[in-house]
Amino acid sequence: MTATDLRPASPQPLLSVRGLVKHFPIKKGIFGKSSGAVRAVDGVSFDVMPGETLGLVGESGCGKSTTGRMILRLIEPTAGSVEFEGIDLVTLSTSQMRKLRRKIQVIFQDPFSSLNPRMTVGAIIREGLTIHKIAEGAQADARVRQLLDEVGLRAEYVSRYPHEFSGGQRQRIGIARALAVEPTFIVCDEPVSALDVSVQAQVINLMQDLQRDRGLAYLFIAHDLSVVEHIADRVAVMYLGKIVELATADDLYREPLMPYTQALLSAVPVADPTHKKSRVMLSGDVPSPANPPSGCVFHPRCQHPAKDAACSAIVPPLEEKAPGHWVACIKQPPTGVEWSVQRAAGGTKEPTRYLPVIAVEQSHPSSSSF
Amino acid sequence: MAEPLLSVRDLRTYFYTENGVARSVDGVSFAIGGGETVGLVGESGCGKSVTALSLLRLVRAPGRIEPGSRIEFGGKDLVTLDEKSMRAIRGASISMVFQEPMTALNPVFKIGDQIAEVVRVHHGGTRQEAWHRAVQMLETVGIPSPAQRANEYPHQLSGGMRQRVVIAMALVMNPALVIADEPTTALDVTIQAQILELLRELQQKFGTSILLITHDLGVVAESVSRVIVMYGGEIVEEALVNDLFANAHHPYTEGLLNAMPHVGQERERLATIPGTVPPPTAWPAGCRFHDRCPYAWDRCIAEHPPLYQIADGHVSRCHLAVEPERRADRHEPFVVQKAIA
Repeated sequence: MTATDLRPASPQPLLSVRGLVKHFPIKKGIFGKSSGAVRAVDGVSFDVMPGETLGLVGESGCGKSTTGRMILRLIEPTAGSVEFEGIDLVTLSTSQMRKLRRKIQVIFQDPFSSLNPRMTVGAIIREGLTIHKIAEGAQADARVRQLLDEVGLRAEYVSRYPHEFSGGQRQRIGIARALAVEPTFIVCDEPVSALDVSVQAQVINLMQDLQRDRGLAYLFIAHDLSVVEHIADRVAVMYLGKIVELATADDLYREPLMPYTQALLSAVPVADPTHKKSRVMLSGDVPSPANPPSGCVFHPRCQHPAKDAACSAIVPPLEEKAPGHWVACIKQPPTGVEWSVQRAAGGTKEPTRYLPVIAVEQSHPSSSSF
Repeated sequence: MAEPLLSVRDLRTYFYTENGVARSVDGVSFAIGGGETVGLVGESGCGKSVTALSLLRLVRAPGRIEPGSRIEFGGKDLVTLDEKSMRAIRGASISMVFQEPMTALNPVFKIGDQIAEVVRVHHGGTRQEAWHRAVQMLETVGIPSPAQRANEYPHQLSGGMRQRVVIAMALVMNPALVIADEPTTALDVTIQAQILELLRELQQKFGTSILLITHDLGVVAESVSRVIVMYGGEIVEEALVNDLFANAHHPYTEGLLNAMPHVGQERERLATIPGTVPPPTAWPAGCRFHDRCPYAWDRCIAEHPPLYQIADGHVSRCHLAVEPERRADRHEPFVVQKAIA
C-alpha cells in the first residue's frame, strides 16, 4: 500500500504512522548473544486526523501499547516513521522531541503509579508549565486552578497529595497534567480500564467534553471493545503486532470482516440476559510473537470456511474492501491477491464472503425506567 | 428452593483498623440452591470479595466475622466450626477460584503435583493415584496433552491455561459449591469466553453450585440465573437475572446498568453515578446510597431502608418500593448539590 492510500480525502492527517516496527532482541547466554527477536510491532501504518479519536484494540501482547509508546518515543522504533504535523518524530534529537511533547501528551492506565506520590497535585500539573516555559508565578497558579476546575476537581486540591484521591480522581489529575501544556494530540493508554463502571463513565464523558471543547485528537488504546465503540470515530484492530482491520467504528462493529475481529466482537459479553447470540469461539491462545505463524498470523485459529494452505503461505496485505474499511484477509473478497496466486501457494478454496451472525442487537435494558 | 445448599444469615465482617471499624460486610443474607449459579455484583469496596472470603473463613486479623453471623452449609454453621473441620471443607466441599491465577498457583511446584496434593490431603491414596486423577482433571478442563502438561510449572503456561489449572484444582474433589472471585477479570475477552463456557460445561456435568463474583454485568447476564447486587457492605437488590436487567428497581442497579457502554448502543452520552463509593469506616446514615441517588428525599437520610419485596423473588433496599411516585422527582444528587453550593 502506498502512503496516500490510508488517508481520507480531505484534510491533512495530524499524525501519520508508516511501517512502524519494534523487534525486541532475545538474548541468550552470558555474552548476550542475540538468538531471535520478539516481533512486538511488525509493520503498522495508520493516520490520525485532527480532532479525531482512533481506537486501537487488541488482546494482551498484540503490540498496541508498544505502538503508543513508540509514537511518544518512550520506546525507540526499530524501523518506520511517525510523522506529526509533517515532522518525522523518529529522526528528532532528544531535546527537539522534548519540545514537541508539548503537543503530544499521554494519559496512562494506572492512576496509582503514574503520579509522583511526593508531589502535590498542584506541582504535578504545574511541572509541564514550567518546563515548557508557558507560565510562572501567579499566572501558573491561576492556570492550575483553572485546569482542576476543567477536569471536575476542586481548586482547593492543589496542595493535596495523590494518595488522598480515589482512582477516578487520580485519573482526572493525570488528564489535567496532560492538558496543562495544551497539546493537540493525546495517546491514551487504557485510561479507564482500572476504574469501576460508574467512575469509568464519568472519565469517558470528561474526555469527550474536553475533545469537543479543545479539538483534541486521541489515540485511544484499550482492550474493552464496548468502551472503544463508544468513544472512537475509527478503530484499528491489532493481532500479533499487525493491524488486521481498520474501519470507522460504525462499520467495524456492524460488519467486521477479518475473522479475528469477528471472534473478538462475538466474545464480548452482552449485558442482556434475553439476548442469545451465536458465538465464534476461538480455540487456543495467541501464539508467541517471538515465533509468529507464517503467512497470515491468525491462520492457525481462523474460522473462515475458505481457509486453506494459501493462508499459511501468503502474508495478507491490508486492503480496502469497502470505502474506508481496511482488512487483511485474502479469503474475504474483494482481494488483490488473485486466485491464481493463491492456488500457486497451495490454495484449494476460492475466497468467499464470510459473515457469521454476530451482529449485536440494539438493546438497553433498563432505559425504560428513565 | 426446597433446602438451600448454603444459607448465609446476617453475615457481618468487620475490620478493626487504625482509622476506625470498617464494616465491609454489614448484615448480608442470601441462599444458594443445589446446582444454582448466583452472581454477586458490585464495584470495588462494596464487600463482595470479603463476603466470599468470609464463607471460607479466610478473613485475617484485623478482620473478623462478628458473633451472630451464620453461614449454614451441610447442616453445620461454618462461623462456629472448629478449624480442623473447616479445613476439611475448604477445597473439598467448598472451593475457590481466584482472580489472578499466577498468585493462586505455587511457582515452584509442577501443576500436576499441585492438583494431586489436593487429592492427597482430602482423599488420601497413593501418589500415583493422585497424579492420575490430576491428569484426568487437566483433561476435563481442556488442557491439551495433559500427561505432559502436568509436569510443567505455572510460568510455562499462558494466563488462560493457568486459570484452567486453577479451575481443575477447585473441582478435583467435586465440591458442592465453587466460589469464583472475578475468575476472568485478568483474562482477555476471547479467553474469558472460553473460561466461562468451561465453567458452564463443568457445572452441567458435575451439578456444582457456583457463586460468581464479578463487577462485569455482561458476564453476569450470560452466566448466572440469579443476581445479588451489593453496595456499601449490604445487599441492595436481588432478583432473577432476567428480572433484574428488565426491571432494575434500586437506583444504584439502574445507575450501573446505564453507566455501561454497550456494543451496538447509540453513541449518546453515558449516564454516570456522581461521587464515589464511601469508605467502609463511614457509611452514610440512612440509605447508604442517598448522597449519590437521583431520587433521594428526606426519608432516605433519616431512615435506613429494609429489603422490600418488589415481586416474587425480587427484593430492593429502596424506599421507592413504598413511595413509587417519588421516581418522577429526578434531581441532582446531594453530592452534586453540595459541590455546587
